[in-house]
Amino acid sequence: MANATLTPRRSQLTKGKMPSYTLWVVLAGSLVLGAALAALVGFSLVPWALFSALIFIVAGTAATGVIEGARKARNRLAMFLVYGAFLVALLPLLSVIWTVLERGLPGLTYNFLFTSMNGVTGAIDNQTVEEGTPVLGGAYHAIIGTLQITLWATLISVPIGLLAAVYLIEYSTGGRLARAITFFVDVMTGIPSIVAGLFAAALFGQLFGPGTRTGFVAAVALSVLMIPVVVRSTEEMLKIVPNELREASYALGVRKWRTITRVVIPTAISGIASGVTLAIARVIGETAPILVTAGFASAINWNVFGDWMSTLPTFIYYQILTPTSPTATDPSTQRAWAAALVLIIMVMLLNLVARLIARLFAPKTSR
Amino acid sequence: MSTNAVKRTGGAGQSGDKIFSGASLLAGCLILAALFSVAVFLIIEALPVLGEDPAEITGGQGFFSYIFPIVIGTIIAAAIALLIATPLGIGVALFISHYAPRRFAQGLGYVIDLLAAIPSVVYGAWGYAVLAPQLALAYAWLAENAGWVPLFEGPASQTGRTILTAGIVLAVMVLPIITSLSREIFLQTPKLHEEAALAMGATRWEMISMAVLPFARPGIISAAMLGLGRALGETMAVALVLSGGGLTASLITSGNQTIAAEIALNFPEAYGLRLAELIAAGLVLFVITLAVNVIARWIISRHKEFSGAN
Repeated sequence: MANATLTPRRSQLTKGKMPSYTLWVVLAGSLVLGAALAALVGFSLVPWALFSALIFIVAGTAATGVIEGARKARNRLAMFLVYGAFLVALLPLLSVIWTVLERGLPGLTYNFLFTSMNGVTGAIDNQTVEEGTPVLGGAYHAIIGTLQITLWATLISVPIGLLAAVYLIEYSTGGRLARAITFFVDVMTGIPSIVAGLFAAALFGQLFGPGTRTGFVAAVALSVLMIPVVVRSTEEMLKIVPNELREASYALGVRKWRTITRVVIPTAISGIASGVTLAIARVIGETAPILVTAGFASAINWNVFGDWMSTLPTFIYYQILTPTSPTATDPSTQRAWAAALVLIIMVMLLNLVARLIARLFAPKTSR
Repeated sequence: MSTNAVKRTGGAGQSGDKIFSGASLLAGCLILAALFSVAVFLIIEALPVLGEDPAEITGGQGFFSYIFPIVIGTIIAAAIALLIATPLGIGVALFISHYAPRRFAQGLGYVIDLLAAIPSVVYGAWGYAVLAPQLALAYAWLAENAGWVPLFEGPASQTGRTILTAGIVLAVMVLPIITSLSREIFLQTPKLHEEAALAMGATRWEMISMAVLPFARPGIISAAMLGLGRALGETMAVALVLSGGGLTASLITSGNQTIAAEIALNFPEAYGLRLAELIAAGLVLFVITLAVNVIARWIISRHKEFSGAN
C-alpha cells in the first residue's frame, strides 16, 4: 500500500519540471539550425558557433518558460548568460596562447636565443625569403636588456617598497602621513605605464640633458610601476603576522628593529617574496616605458648606465611595426612571435615561481 | 602594541632602532615625493608648449586643438572597452563565485588571472595579426548593411585596424581587473542574505539580483572605474592595433588616435617642441587617469566603512 501512495507524490514533486534531457535536445536542434543559418552566409566555424549559441539561448529560455514558468525561465536565461560570459572570456586567452605557440615555436632556435640583431639587415632577410636560408638574427641582446633592466628595477623598488610597507604597518599609528601614503600608493598603481616612462625621461632629461636614454632610466620608470605593487603585497603579508610573535619578542627585551628584521619579516618572507616575484612579472612585459626611456638597440649592451638598450617587448614592437626588411616581413614576424613566446614563458615561470614560493616557504601555522 | 618600555632601556642598539625607523619613514616619504615629482617634472618639461606660438604646434592651431581629438579618441577606445568588459566581467565573476562547481572555482579564477599575466605587447601583436583580419570581414559586412548608422559608416578598413578592434583588445586586457575585483565583492556578500533569499523560494538568479548585486553595486562601479583607468592609459595594444588618423565618428574605418599611442608612436623621433607637446599630452593623460583612479578609490574606501558591519 505504501508504494501506491508514494508514486503519485513523487510525480507531484517533479510536476512542471523539465526532464533533464530537454536542454540537450534543444542544443542539438540549435546546432543544426545554426549550421543551416551559417551556410547562408558561407559556412565557417565562427558564424556557426555564434548562431547556434544565440538560438540555443533563445530556445532554451523559451522551452523553460513554457514548461516551468516565467521565473524559472529568467533564472535559466541568467545561467546561460553567465556560463556564456565565461566561455567568451576564455576565447581570447586560448587564441592568444595558441597563436603565440603556433607562430613562435618555429622561430625558437638556439640561433635566435644566442645571437643579436647586430649586422642583420634588410638584404639578409630578403635573401632568407627568396632563397629559403634560415632566419638570421635573434633576441639575445633583448633578453640581456630585459634581465638587466628588470634586475635594476627590482634593486630600486624592493628596498623602498619593503621599508615603506614596514613603516605603514610597524611604525605608523594611522596618522595623516600613513593615510596619505596608502592612498597615493593605491593611486600609483593606476599610473599609465607610458606616463611613468615619460616621468623618468623628463627627470633624466632635466638632470643630464635632453635625450638621455639608458637602461637605468628605464629601470627608474619601471620602479615607479613596481613600488606600489611591492608595497601593497608586503603590507598585506605583514598584516597577517600574529601580534603574539611581536609581543613575545618584546617581552624578551629585543629591540623593535631587531624584532622586525628577525621575527616579523622572516615570518612573512614567503608572502613577500611571492609578491615581489609577481611585481617582477608585471613589469617585465612593460613596453611603453622602455620605448620612451631606453631607446632601441640591435647590438648587445651590458651597460645599463650608457647607450641605448633593447628589451623583449620593444624588440617585438619594432619587429612588427618596422620590419627589418620592408619588402620581406616574414623573418621579422617570425622573430617577433618567437620573442613573444620567450616573454610569455618568462612571465608564466615567474608566476609559477611566485605560487611555489608562497606554498613551499609558508610559515607552518599548525602546531 | 606599546613600545615605551623598550625605548627606555637605552644603550647599544638604540641607534639601530633610530636608523631603521628613519629609513622606513624615508621610504614612505620617498613614495609621496615620487608621485609629486612625476607631476612636477612633467609640468616642467611640458611648459614650453604654453608660451609657444599656436602655429608652431603640430596641426598649426595651438595645443588645445592638437590634444582635443586624441583625448576624444582615448575616451572612445576606453568606452568601447568598458562597454564590452563590464557585463562580461560581472558574468565571469558571477560564474566563479556563484555558478561554477566549488571544486573548480578557484582554478577557474587562476585561469582568468592568466589573462592579466600576458604582456600588453603580446595582446597588441595578437590584435594586429589575428583579431584585426578576422574583424575586417565583419566590418565589411557592417559597412554594407548598417552603413546608415554613423558609427558603422563605410568605407570599412581593409586591414581591420580600427578603433573598434583596439577597443576590443583593450576589453580583453581590462577584463581580468573587473573580474577579480567583482569576484572579491561577490564573495563578501553576507551569506545570511543569500540563504534567506533562497529559503524564501527565490531562484538562483532572483537570489543574485536581490542579495548579491545590490550589495556589490559600489564594488562593481569602482572595479569598472579601475578598468577604465587601465584602458585609458594602455599604450601598446592601441599603438600596434590602431592605424590612427583624424577624429571620425565611424568605428570601422581607420582613424582616431589615443594619447598613449600617440606618445609611443612619436616619442622616439621627437625633440624640442614636439617632445614638450608629447610630454604635455602625457600630463593630460596623467590628470585624467589620476581623477578616475581617485574617484574609484574613494568609492571603495567609502564602501569599506559600510560593509565593515557584517
